[in-house]
Amino acid sequence: MTDSKYFTTTKKGEIFELKTELNSDKKEKKREAVKKVIASMTVGKDVSALFPDVINCMQTDNVELKKLVYLYLMNYAKSQPDMAIMAVNTFVKDCEDPNPLIRALAVRTMGCIRVEKITEYLCEPLRKCMKDEDPYVRKTAAVCVAKLFDMNPVLVEEQGFVELLNDLLSDANPMVVANAVAALSEINEAKPLIEVNSQMVNKLLTALNECTEWGQVFILDALSGYTPRDEREAQNICERISPRLAHANAAVVLSTVKVLMKLIEMLPADSEFIASLTKKLAPPMVTLLSAEPEIQYVALRNINLIVQKRPDILKQEMKVFFVKYNDPIYVKMEKLDVMIRLAQQSNIAQVLSELKEYATEVDVDFVRKSVRAIGRCAIKVEQSAERCVATLLELIQTKVNYVVQEAVVVIKDIFRKYPNRYESIISTLCENLDTLDEPEARASMIWIIGEYAERIDNADELLESFVDGFHDENTQVQLQLLTSVVKLFLKRPTDTQQLVQRVLSLATQDSDNPDLRDRGYIYWRLLSADPAAAKQVVLAEKPLISEETDLLEPSLLDQLVCHIGSLASVYHKPPSSFVDNTKAPLRQLAPNAAALTTNGSSSGDMDSAPGLIGVPAPAGGVPSQDTLIADLLQLDMNPMGGAAAAATAAPIAAPGGGLDDLLGLGGSLPSYGAAPAAPMVDPLAAWGVAPAAAPAPAGGLNDLFGLGGGIASMGGGIGGVQGYQTPKAVWLEAASHKGLQLEGAVVRKGGAIYMEMSITNKAMQPLSDFAIQFNKNSFGLVPAQPLHIPAPVFPNQTTQVSLRLETNGPVQKMEPLANVQIAMKNNVDVFYFATVVPMLVYFAEDGMMEKREFLELWKEPIHDICTKLQANNVFTVARRSVDGQELLYHSIKYTNKIVVLSELKMEITGAASLTLSLKSRHLTALANLNEMYQQIFDN
Amino acid sequence: MEYMIFDNNIVVFSRTRAIEASPVNYPDCSKRTAVMATSAVFLLDLKGKSIISRNYRGDIDMTIIDRFMPLLMEKEEEGIVTPIISHADGTFVYIKHNNVYMVSACRNNVNVAMVLSFLFKCIEVFMQYFKDVEEESVRDNFVIIYELLDEMMDFGFPQTTESKILQEFITQEGHKLESAPRPPMAVTNAVSWRSEGIKYRKNEVFLDVIESVHLLASANGTVLQSEIVGTVKMRVYLTGMPELRLGLNDKVLFEGSGRGKSKAVELEDVKFHQCVRLSRFDNDRTISFIPPDGAFELMSYRLTTLVKPLIWIETSVERHSHSRVEFMVKAKSQFKRRSTANNVEIIIPVPSDADSPKFKTSVGAVKYAPEQSAFVWSIKSFPGGKEYLLSAHFALPSVSSEDADARPPISVKFEIPYFTTSGIQVRYLKIIEKSGYQALPWVRYITQNGEYQLRMK
Repeated sequence: MTDSKYFTTTKKGEIFELKTELNSDKKEKKREAVKKVIASMTVGKDVSALFPDVINCMQTDNVELKKLVYLYLMNYAKSQPDMAIMAVNTFVKDCEDPNPLIRALAVRTMGCIRVEKITEYLCEPLRKCMKDEDPYVRKTAAVCVAKLFDMNPVLVEEQGFVELLNDLLSDANPMVVANAVAALSEINEAKPLIEVNSQMVNKLLTALNECTEWGQVFILDALSGYTPRDEREAQNICERISPRLAHANAAVVLSTVKVLMKLIEMLPADSEFIASLTKKLAPPMVTLLSAEPEIQYVALRNINLIVQKRPDILKQEMKVFFVKYNDPIYVKMEKLDVMIRLAQQSNIAQVLSELKEYATEVDVDFVRKSVRAIGRCAIKVEQSAERCVATLLELIQTKVNYVVQEAVVVIKDIFRKYPNRYESIISTLCENLDTLDEPEARASMIWIIGEYAERIDNADELLESFVDGFHDENTQVQLQLLTSVVKLFLKRPTDTQQLVQRVLSLATQDSDNPDLRDRGYIYWRLLSADPAAAKQVVLAEKPLISEETDLLEPSLLDQLVCHIGSLASVYHKPPSSFVDNTKAPLRQLAPNAAALTTNGSSSGDMDSAPGLIGVPAPAGGVPSQDTLIADLLQLDMNPMGGAAAAATAAPIAAPGGGLDDLLGLGGSLPSYGAAPAAPMVDPLAAWGVAPAAAPAPAGGLNDLFGLGGGIASMGGGIGGVQGYQTPKAVWLEAASHKGLQLEGAVVRKGGAIYMEMSITNKAMQPLSDFAIQFNKNSFGLVPAQPLHIPAPVFPNQTTQVSLRLETNGPVQKMEPLANVQIAMKNNVDVFYFATVVPMLVYFAEDGMMEKREFLELWKEPIHDICTKLQANNVFTVARRSVDGQELLYHSIKYTNKIVVLSELKMEITGAASLTLSLKSRHLTALANLNEMYQQIFDN
Repeated sequence: MEYMIFDNNIVVFSRTRAIEASPVNYPDCSKRTAVMATSAVFLLDLKGKSIISRNYRGDIDMTIIDRFMPLLMEKEEEGIVTPIISHADGTFVYIKHNNVYMVSACRNNVNVAMVLSFLFKCIEVFMQYFKDVEEESVRDNFVIIYELLDEMMDFGFPQTTESKILQEFITQEGHKLESAPRPPMAVTNAVSWRSEGIKYRKNEVFLDVIESVHLLASANGTVLQSEIVGTVKMRVYLTGMPELRLGLNDKVLFEGSGRGKSKAVELEDVKFHQCVRLSRFDNDRTISFIPPDGAFELMSYRLTTLVKPLIWIETSVERHSHSRVEFMVKAKSQFKRRSTANNVEIIIPVPSDADSPKFKTSVGAVKYAPEQSAFVWSIKSFPGGKEYLLSAHFALPSVSSEDADARPPISVKFEIPYFTTSGIQVRYLKIIEKSGYQALPWVRYITQNGEYQLRMK
């Protein structure tokens, strides 16, 4: 007899028919009818209309039928809460049944009926069942407490169920202990009510040897939350659980590994015990690779964590990670990752020959990853670099399109790591230029051409061919092309002027991508302002790339090791990033993800940006939101985290002064004035990322601000003077200054100059003993009194300080003029930084001048200016006064007969200023001209 | 995109990386380690339609399962299928058995190793109940499956999964309440795998030591990896609650007891059925246990071998593209002369567009298997220390396909009875029961192929 027949009734009036059958007197018919109802329910038909009729069958003496009715109840009680009450009596009665199976069944089912009213009736039977004589009932009741807690936590606390559950930990029966510990762990997760103590640990360790495999997992997982009092206890726990490594169940093995990995941290690093323990860890993990592929996958993801945390454990086991032909692709990919992590000089030959084998397989993704892996080996193991490069070249010869592309991408990285070593292969790469159709490969190739432009004879032609299709390229390629052409120009300025102009105008005028435009403008200004500085910036020596790539950030790794065997360990993400903690059962989209983004990037109030970091992810964390915060954090807290991040925060190669000049040109912009002072932030890098994610909070925003001004000033006007409030800029960044975050601004208040600072402690220890000292500067700015911070600043605390300054200190002309170098000391270290003080603060209150005096003074310089210019072959053509403005027109002719016209506008009323407008048929002729003027005036 | 390094002034961010290195203000991990459990379990047909579902925690919308198949297809298309699929409202963890998907849906940071082990265990239990687990049999047995799902997991926590014990109180017969079975003591006992009161007229134990040899050899003939995974399977027909002790020629044990000279085997890793007292083994390497009734796998062990591959295949392939391809195959048995490999099958891949096969060999039979793009050379009995030859000839079409051919390895199947590669031996099996009966232990040894692959040029 099979059950499938129950699925087949699809006649009309089926519900009616079932109703009659359910109410039939014949037991056999009744049972058949319930089965049909369940079958309908199973295939998703709504049979809730039969609720009262099915409930009527509950009072049956047939166990199988009872189970089916209970099943029905669990499904529909929620939709019919009032009728569900009808069932309570039967439940209560069943909880008293002489057969423990029935008692347990009743208490188990009752807990699954998520109807508020029923929970009240549940308490008494549950209490009885927790003290039942039969362990089967007690173990079921233990779980039921967790169910009740899920629905009504207050009730569970009030009714003392937590204590009862705690008592069950001492139960003689191991299954009861295991379920009690599972229920307690779950309750503790929501609200820490019971602390695991050493006494409890002892009970658990005893039960561990006797309970089922699942019970062992519950106990081990609970143990992983316990922190032993001392070394001895830690060692004792290790000794008692390590035999579990020989369990056939993968979950038991992984949970054991989890606890051991945690406890090892507590033991002295060089002890013999650790050595023997780590020796025990490798074989069980290797054995997991003979399990079902799904379990292998979980094991491999975890092994990936373990080899990062303790590379020693598996360093001898390279071969077991070799890929087999019939491994599922997800296993292959993970094995490859582990292989790269384990690669070292002693085994590199084997690894390489394997990788080469894989690179000729047919699965595209796997092949790609293998090719990348070869590149990573080259970067990781220097001695193998040559062989890796040779292997990559061989692979390029296969002319398999995606292989070539991947190879180009990794070769770029190899060039980065070992500059000036393998450039001989560039010609081979160039042969394959036409086949590259993926953005990353194209960008890489363009990078290579730009980087080695001086050695590639036809670099200009090659780049030009890319420029022709500029607008069809992906942004990544466009950005790279822009940079590479600028590099080319800086290296070979003579014959590439046209090209660079073309690219700059393509990027700035014809593109609507803000990244591209911003970068274009920056290069343009750099090149026109100071080619030498441009050279220093663009051709700066690049920071070394790290050997290991995509290593997890250490604190994340530590956290994930605590979650071995869980989803977090598979995703390599902290649980908070994918677990929705709000209890609402269904999707709850976080509403403010978008709002947060705007807040982060367009906020003019600098203080709000750092504040953002402190904001915990709002409830209902949706990935995108986390990502955003993660980006912020990654930049802020741990700039050296990965290769990409390391590049961002790499110390700026060009001297801050150069940039300063450049951007200060168009008229001093207050907000920008502060930016170069932010020590670690490379403004160009910040621009590069800005649109993708909010960059390093304050510094980055500052830069953006500065950029706006920069562009405005290019147009010839003076931007951003209105509403002048010097915002606080980041002077010291916590990440690179031992946890000290200093933000500040120099302002003029009530006739005196003040330095406003917020000191934030992002270190682990309190900061105290602050002192400050100023270097000689142009205006003799010094503190009027010593810096006094009354109390130590505790971790994560911020203190606001206002320090009065005077201008009677030693004087030395600084470049730029308003630059001040400051040293700040605390109990940890001394930190140095420099800031450009807004000129405004030096404006004396007694600056009012008599009109006559002013006019005299004013005329003098105008005449002066004309003579000065004349002396330098800048000829005054005309002079005119309009609406209180003096306008001077000049002409210049270069020796190559290019003519430049200029207009010098002098504002007499209002704030005195000079505006220079230049005009020429040849744009490049204007480069640096404004500087020339400046120099003439300065003389 | 996961790896990108450019100039210091140009940073290309990889979104995925940024996620991986997420927030730094982690909660103290020591407090957050609960066994967050499975919310629901589903059995689906190949189209992703739910056959049976069981909602354990009431915290998910059961229609969520409708999203499973589209998601899986999407991942398959992107080529990033994994047994764990995350979606906006949680995670699916699934396995596939025949034409049935078994899916666990969860919302929390579940112990995924446990979830997967549980799913496999479920299938194992179902198989004990109704042999083949496939769409039809699942439908046919839906009532019993509901009952089992109810018993095997509570609120997402796995409970009893010993099929022998479950069979004692979950049966297909409708019971009267009075005569309804009680939960066997074993459900909650320390010995949760064996019930009391088992009786046999003849007390017997059968031990099978089965070693699977895994081999991976490169195209140039070097052995990359060679491993033995052995299992000791038992069939136990014993009365009462017997205490068993198994003695092996375990090197660690021998050295401990000063018998270092005798022939012993070094087991790299051993895994035991839950009946074995692990702490005892950890202490003095004694394998002591109260066995379940009937058939079960007592232990498995793993060791890497240094011995010659048992069966070695050399091939030379001559490929005349667009016309024909010729194979010369040499099979060598490299084990002791007095042993014999049975049912040897050597599977040699050929281009998928090959046709008109011609074979020549003195031993065994050769069959072309176009469905797996290979030919199979079967040798019924292959004594040790022998060498056999085969030549094969295929025609190739004059136009060759564009796609690169997958290059599967040569694989070999075989069985060698009365022989273990590792040299492991059962020295004794002591059976002690309080009634003091005499029981007969029987032992068999067999070596067979595991994943036995030799790559081709």
